[in-house]
Amino acid sequence: MGYSIRINGERRNVDADGATPLLWVLRDELDLKGSKFGCGMGMCGACSVHIDGKITRSCVTPLASVGSRAVTTIEGVGATELGKAVQRAWLDVDVVQCGYCQGGQIMAATALLKSNPNPSDSDIDAAMSNLCRCGTYLRIRAAIKRAADWARGPARPAKSGAST
Amino acid sequence: MSRGSLNGNPSPGTDSGVLHSRRSFLTVSVAACGGLMLSYSLPLTALADTGAAGTISPIKLNGFISITPDGAVTIMAMNPEIGQGVKTSLPMIIADELDADWSRVRTEQAEIDTERYGRQYAAGSTATPMNWDPLRRAGAAGRQMLVAAAAQQWAVPESECSTTAGVVHHVASQRSLGYGSLAALAATMPPPDLKTVKLKNPKDFTIIGTPIPGVDSPLIVTGKPLFGIDVTVPGMRYAVFAKCPVFGGKVVSANIDAIKALPGVRQAFLVKGGAAPNGLVDGVAIVADRWWQASSAMDRLEVVWDEGATAQQSSASFALTAAELAKQPPTKSIRADGNVDAALASAARVVEGSYSFPFLAHATLEPQNCTAWVQEGKVEIWAPTQVPQPSRTMAANTLGVPESQVTVHMTRCGGSFGRRLNADFVAEAAWIAKQAGVPIKLLWTRQQDLQHDFYRPAGFHNFKGGLDANGKLIAFRDHFVTFGSDGKFADSAGLPQNELPARLVPNLEFGASLMPLGVPTGSLRAPGSNGQAFAFQSFLDELAHVAGKDPLEFRLELLGEPRELAVPPGSSASQPDFNIKRMRDVLLLVADKSDWSKRQQLPAGRGMGIAFYYSHRGYFAEVVDASVGRNGIVKVNKVWVAGDVGSQIVNPSGAENQVQGSVLDALGVALGQAITIEAGRVVQSTLAEFPLLRMDQAPPIDVHFLTSDYTPTGMGEPALPPLAPALCNAIFAATGKRVRQLPIDPMLLKSG
Repeated sequence: MGYSIRINGERRNVDADGATPLLWVLRDELDLKGSKFGCGMGMCGACSVHIDGKITRSCVTPLASVGSRAVTTIEGVGATELGKAVQRAWLDVDVVQCGYCQGGQIMAATALLKSNPNPSDSDIDAAMSNLCRCGTYLRIRAAIKRAADWARGPARPAKSGAST
Repeated sequence: MSRGSLNGNPSPGTDSGVLHSRRSFLTVSVAACGGLMLSYSLPLTALADTGAAGTISPIKLNGFISITPDGAVTIMAMNPEIGQGVKTSLPMIIADELDADWSRVRTEQAEIDTERYGRQYAAGSTATPMNWDPLRRAGAAGRQMLVAAAAQQWAVPESECSTTAGVVHHVASQRSLGYGSLAALAATMPPPDLKTVKLKNPKDFTIIGTPIPGVDSPLIVTGKPLFGIDVTVPGMRYAVFAKCPVFGGKVVSANIDAIKALPGVRQAFLVKGGAAPNGLVDGVAIVADRWWQASSAMDRLEVVWDEGATAQQSSASFALTAAELAKQPPTKSIRADGNVDAALASAARVVEGSYSFPFLAHATLEPQNCTAWVQEGKVEIWAPTQVPQPSRTMAANTLGVPESQVTVHMTRCGGSFGRRLNADFVAEAAWIAKQAGVPIKLLWTRQQDLQHDFYRPAGFHNFKGGLDANGKLIAFRDHFVTFGSDGKFADSAGLPQNELPARLVPNLEFGASLMPLGVPTGSLRAPGSNGQAFAFQSFLDELAHVAGKDPLEFRLELLGEPRELAVPPGSSASQPDFNIKRMRDVLLLVADKSDWSKRQQLPAGRGMGIAFYYSHRGYFAEVVDASVGRNGIVKVNKVWVAGDVGSQIVNPSGAENQVQGSVLDALGVALGQAITIEAGRVVQSTLAEFPLLRMDQAPPIDVHFLTSDYTPTGMGEPALPPLAPALCNAIFAATGKRVRQLPIDPMLLKSG
């Protein structure tokens, strides 16, 4: 069956069963391989995308449920200043080990910073449910804070700062 | 010649064999030599727009180094990248001796070439110790050829030339030439004798020892295809392969016709395999237009299996049998020093403790997969594997073709941890591709990945220790109940004869009893060590407390004076000669960094524990600060690590990442992971039942390295083993309760 969905600002036509998880539409129909298959049950977060800006596990999101909402993937998240800042922070902190989960981590981090520009450690703990089998969590945390600093700009102090 | 791609957009072959394109981040293209090369077009600084990459042919100086006339240096990364960082760190070694400008270096995954690279694999934390010297020499040889070219061009003695960051200088005449302009002439210079080529003084290293970010990271953070699961081959279909849930089971029949009628399914067939789990075994293959269609069809699959004898085995029965065997003498002697019975009889205090740990899965986040194409007697394989060369053998043997007809391309691996030392998925993909007649990508589900692994074997240690009146350990006995048959240990189920405290206690016996096992076992990160360290270093802690001694002091006394404990030839390769000074030094360092001496000031319910372990040539000591709630829930507040891996940390950024990752890996295992066998099959099927560590469980981890006068060694494994015992020893300090079984059970730690 034919569907028309909005991916990274482009309208794409997909001929697939409506029950097909968005993850497999992205990977195997649209050749966007950045969203990864880790569990197929929404547990690991390697497949994370944004749907209308909201962090979503694409492996448990049926194609038919996407409708007219805007889907952003790791391939497209760098189009925003915030997404780009998060990607740069990931490089700056040298987060990656195997790298398989990191696209999903970046999507989750970007969604977090969009709703909470200055997250505390416990905010990060609560928001970042994505699994990293290599255990890069300490650097993920550091990268989120660095991206937050950059996104806030030099003039505004961090939460721990004295003036506010 | 076939062509595959990791950008879904196959690239045409080029004369040079290396394709540069701003849009094709990674392509697999046909090289002039007939091989296939993976080519990355973005340098380290990607994300920034770097402009069009050069299309100039590189000039090869040797098997590792090529340079384009514009000065861009390409260095081959010889081993599989599984997240341990060798695609960055091994080329760093070459680049430093070459005296390259790292900002002009890109690294490229090598294809299999036994003649050029020798063994190419990822295992045993060996990449650094095996390659440190040869790669330095390869880099130095390239530098010398460039110097020779400059000297000839300027008609000056080579001895008057020097190099810095990609440039040869003749100081006396104030002349300089970049490597790019010298490359063509340098390639005509006689290659120097690698045995005598001049190496840098380590104090002059400019790249080694500096934190270098991962070379693939710019592609990873932008979602570019790199992994096995991302491979695309034109005309490819997708496959799943259902195996008997009971290990070793045989397929009798299946509802093949019903499966064939499902949407997208092209083929479905029974596969008759062999008995070896690392190979093709019985199952049912389904090939479809899309993977989702294939996996949905597998949900409807009804198979009649002949489950076989392993269906009688279970974790519960193993535990019962192990307890019975522990009451009998061991059936196999591993080591016997002095007279343990007499020493125990004379001991002031005798301590007994039984420890056990469960089976574990690897749970790589990228499930096992392989892409294969069989046509006209030729086989092409794209696989995330730690062992590309044995994978080639596996494909050849499975299909009955000569190895020369098989090409294996290494892809980046989404984690490995020892799982991808086995090539069962390569055998499956090769077989299915042959039947399919088109290229296929085989991909396992998460459930299959957890239920068809080569598991870290469970183990049961039964210790007895004797202390003299001064609290000195004078007798030690371990009866290790483990798995195996015919007197031989199952894979990774053995106990090394040199396991400490062997050689530190005059009266010591190690014995084993073996239980038959139908469950496949194999290497999991720090194999053997990952279980032994928990058991031995926890029991040493028990002995220290009974002796009334500081657990650190007890360990230092046990180690004794600085000396070398040599191992006889033929001993376990993972535990070569043991240097007591190096271990003492990391213990003292970690105690200092963690304020070990002030641990008594911690509040009730909170404690610090210490442990050390030597594996994979690395010396590591760790301290854990943990709290235990009234509900028994363990919270780790902080971890300190001190390690000695020789004279040089090649990449400090990657090294710290590996250590922190090892600690968190071990923490996840200790807090909640177990694979349980019931009726010959694995109970756990999801990551909810086999929980990986999460962000909110990850404590701060301080990492400190001591440098010593020894060849640099590997980082992927040796920081893992000490964590579990340091944690359990901290729990004892916090609660007075001794954890003798992993994973930690909060119910046993409750105080409310």
